[in-house]
Amino acid sequence: MLTIDTMQVDHIVARFPGTRVEENGPWPTLVATPEEYRALALFLRDDDRTRFDFLACMTGVDRGGEELGVVLLLESTTLGHRVFVETSTRERERPVLPTVSDLWETANLNEREVYDYFGIRFAGHPDTRRLFLRNDWKGYPLRKDYDASEAVNPVPLESEESPDVTFSCREDGGEEPRALFDDGEYVVNIGPQHPATHGVLRFRVALEGEIVKKVDVHCGYIHRGIEKMCESLSYRQMLPLADRLDYLAAHQHRHALCLCIEEALQVEVTERVKYIRTIMDELNRLSSHLLFWSTLCMDLGALTAFFYGFRDREKVLDIMEETTGGRLIQHYNVIGGVSADIHLNLTRRIKEFIKYLPPMLKEYDQVFTGNVIARQRMEGIGVLSREDAISFGVTGPSGRASGWACDVRKRKPYGVYDKVEFDEIVYTEGDSYRRYLVRVKEIVESLRILEQLVDNIPAGDFAVKTKPVIKLPEGRYFKSVEGSRGEFGVYIESRGEKTPYRLKFRSTSFPLVSVVPRLARGSKIADLIAIGGTLDYIVPDVDR
Amino acid sequence: MFDFSIITQWIDQLLRGLMPDAAATVVECVLVGLALLLGYAVIALALIYVERKVCAWFQCRLGPNRVGPFGILQSVADMLKMLTKEIIEIKHVDRFLFGLAPYIVIIASVAAFSCLPFARGLQVLDFNVGIFFLVAVSSIGIVGILLAGWASNNKYSLIGAMRSGAQMISYELSIGLSILTMVVLSGTLQVTELVEGQADGWFLFKGHLPALIAFVIYLVAGTAETNRGPFDLPEADSELTAGYHTEYSGMHFGFFYLAEYLNMFIVAGVATTLFLGGWMPLHVPGWEGFNEVMDYIPSLFWFLGKVGVMIFVIMWFKWTFPRLRIDQLLRLEWKYLLPINLLNLLLMVIVVVYKLHF
Repeated sequence: MLTIDTMQVDHIVARFPGTRVEENGPWPTLVATPEEYRALALFLRDDDRTRFDFLACMTGVDRGGEELGVVLLLESTTLGHRVFVETSTRERERPVLPTVSDLWETANLNEREVYDYFGIRFAGHPDTRRLFLRNDWKGYPLRKDYDASEAVNPVPLESEESPDVTFSCREDGGEEPRALFDDGEYVVNIGPQHPATHGVLRFRVALEGEIVKKVDVHCGYIHRGIEKMCESLSYRQMLPLADRLDYLAAHQHRHALCLCIEEALQVEVTERVKYIRTIMDELNRLSSHLLFWSTLCMDLGALTAFFYGFRDREKVLDIMEETTGGRLIQHYNVIGGVSADIHLNLTRRIKEFIKYLPPMLKEYDQVFTGNVIARQRMEGIGVLSREDAISFGVTGPSGRASGWACDVRKRKPYGVYDKVEFDEIVYTEGDSYRRYLVRVKEIVESLRILEQLVDNIPAGDFAVKTKPVIKLPEGRYFKSVEGSRGEFGVYIESRGEKTPYRLKFRSTSFPLVSVVPRLARGSKIADLIAIGGTLDYIVPDVDR
Repeated sequence: MFDFSIITQWIDQLLRGLMPDAAATVVECVLVGLALLLGYAVIALALIYVERKVCAWFQCRLGPNRVGPFGILQSVADMLKMLTKEIIEIKHVDRFLFGLAPYIVIIASVAAFSCLPFARGLQVLDFNVGIFFLVAVSSIGIVGILLAGWASNNKYSLIGAMRSGAQMISYELSIGLSILTMVVLSGTLQVTELVEGQADGWFLFKGHLPALIAFVIYLVAGTAETNRGPFDLPEADSELTAGYHTEYSGMHFGFFYLAEYLNMFIVAGVATTLFLGGWMPLHVPGWEGFNEVMDYIPSLFWFLGKVGVMIFVIMWFKWTFPRLRIDQLLRLEWKYLLPINLLNLLLMVIVVVYKLHF
């Protein structure tokens, strides 16, 4: 991975005198003052030498009970380099920082998350509601001085009201009311209990007849505070939580967490482990994409197709179960390797499956892909431009359908992805149909990868020994993998203790949900379902 | 071929011998009503079972197989469950309309059901504008669905009802026009005469091209009329949870459920009557032996058999195609089916005037 070189850093520092440079992570950190922060962000995004157009990860952080701040991980999709940008304020009562939500669209919901966790307001942000917690929640849970006792926040017995008014944040941190929905608007709840949201996600949709006027996303129905939990767990204990973010990419998510910790500890895993992990990642991707295909067909009303997909996914789950013991959530990766060696049947069964699936895929195409109704339901619906995809941080198959070649397996290979041949499926149209096609074709590519790996698993240990108590050296670490539905990253800030100081999961589904209001505006109700189906978000991964 | 009017006339004479004429008419009405409702319920239960089995086969599953041999008692068990379920009182609904809606739906479909010619001499309502009456009463069902959606005071239900109104009124046109096309060919509106007119060949063959076009359009529009996939927008489960009957429970929901299956039977029955010769056996000119064998099959079986095939086709649609979107649905009707239908009607008139049919 490229990092921006010293000359550019010097150039930036000369331009922004208040900005310091820290070298305590894989990429340099630019620590800006709150006054310069916004200008620096704008400069980094627009300058030809930096071109940081992709906000990969945004997290709030509580600096030792004194300062509250945010850390941005910026990436340039054209130049490929990365940099951390940090700023903080000493104010704890009403901390205000400038917003960057107008520079990168993905910052919109991310800043609401930071407000929710740390209570930092963002001057200029259009929406100051909490994102995951209830609006009447007291305190900001990820602050280090947070009082978690039940006396402060008793279990509420009343349901939460959803006001039609929100507040935008003025420059001085004051609030200004802004109507979300007018009185005359016909507002329908799609979710939290709705067959097509694939979980407890809630859209408040303003309709005019069949046409969607506005969409307001409500998250947090399955918020478990995983990042908060991780702060009090040792590195081994937090592994199972990673599986529970996106249950259809359990293996990949845990892979990312293990990679991040291993990199920090400078543990080198054996080749065998890399092979096994890659194989499991691809099996996981297969099961996820097959489930995507099935549920999308169901959302669009083709119920028979749904069963075809599930029938074949079952076979993938059987293969994984034999080795890992788990079907949905596997608990297979551990720090330094995997928890058990592969089952004797694994290679045989994978080979059988590689032979089994292609004729079934042909059947899928006949029953759904080629169907004129299915094509009309998806083609030209929910078009996401490449610029928007990058600005919203829509990675994975959905981003690739918009022409953004964002596959982490290609850009920053991990495991043994640098040793296998596979194509990155990229379309330029960015509509629902292309998002669908990318995933269907990725099934074939996953089979290709498996075919190359399955016979060549080298001998060796399935895990290397690690210390009984794992302490990460002080510093910040970030590692990402290609999850089933996008780039999944783990950001760890360590102060050399048994537990992380701050741990942030870059969710894959969070940007996908944030882009729904943009895509659905002006389309029909049925299109909203098609858009949601092809974006393929997983709600536990959104809420974390 | 056995004529059921022998039995009905025997019952009629028996009753008239036992009591005065007026009383006999009343008793006959009650008997006919009971027979209709019984037939209605039995057919609906059978169809629910068949649908579950058929879709199970399509979907590589077994379907119901626990209650009774091959699960055939499953729908009976379901019916008992439905009958004993509580009808949940919902706040803020328009009580009267909410309660009325399922009855309107079921009455419309029972009335249409009574117009079908099940076998030779086995038909409840038969008069000179029979097919017109059938189309008219079956349209009343829309009112029930609109009422259900409106009275539920639920946004999903209302959207479902609006869709349903737009959809059914649109597709009613196609149904009416394709029926009209066949009426032009047969020259009668009376259901028995329509069937009798096919003694020497089914209308589908006699009317060749225009009849075939009318048949295809009728099947598409009929499927839409019954709110079944791929036209099940009013209850689109992935969009509107259950559309217009979201708020219904117990037997009120059961009525909608029964009516859906019976409407499918009615659509298939009308298709059979108009295009496939009703209860007439299959005759091939010149094959005397074959024709005689066909005549031995009772007319009731012919009717039910043909209806069964049509129902299978309609189920096939549902379990294969994804759902349309509302604008696509209306575009299909107004931009394609309706103009084609009008031209087809003209074509049929030309065919009939110049005696180009068989």
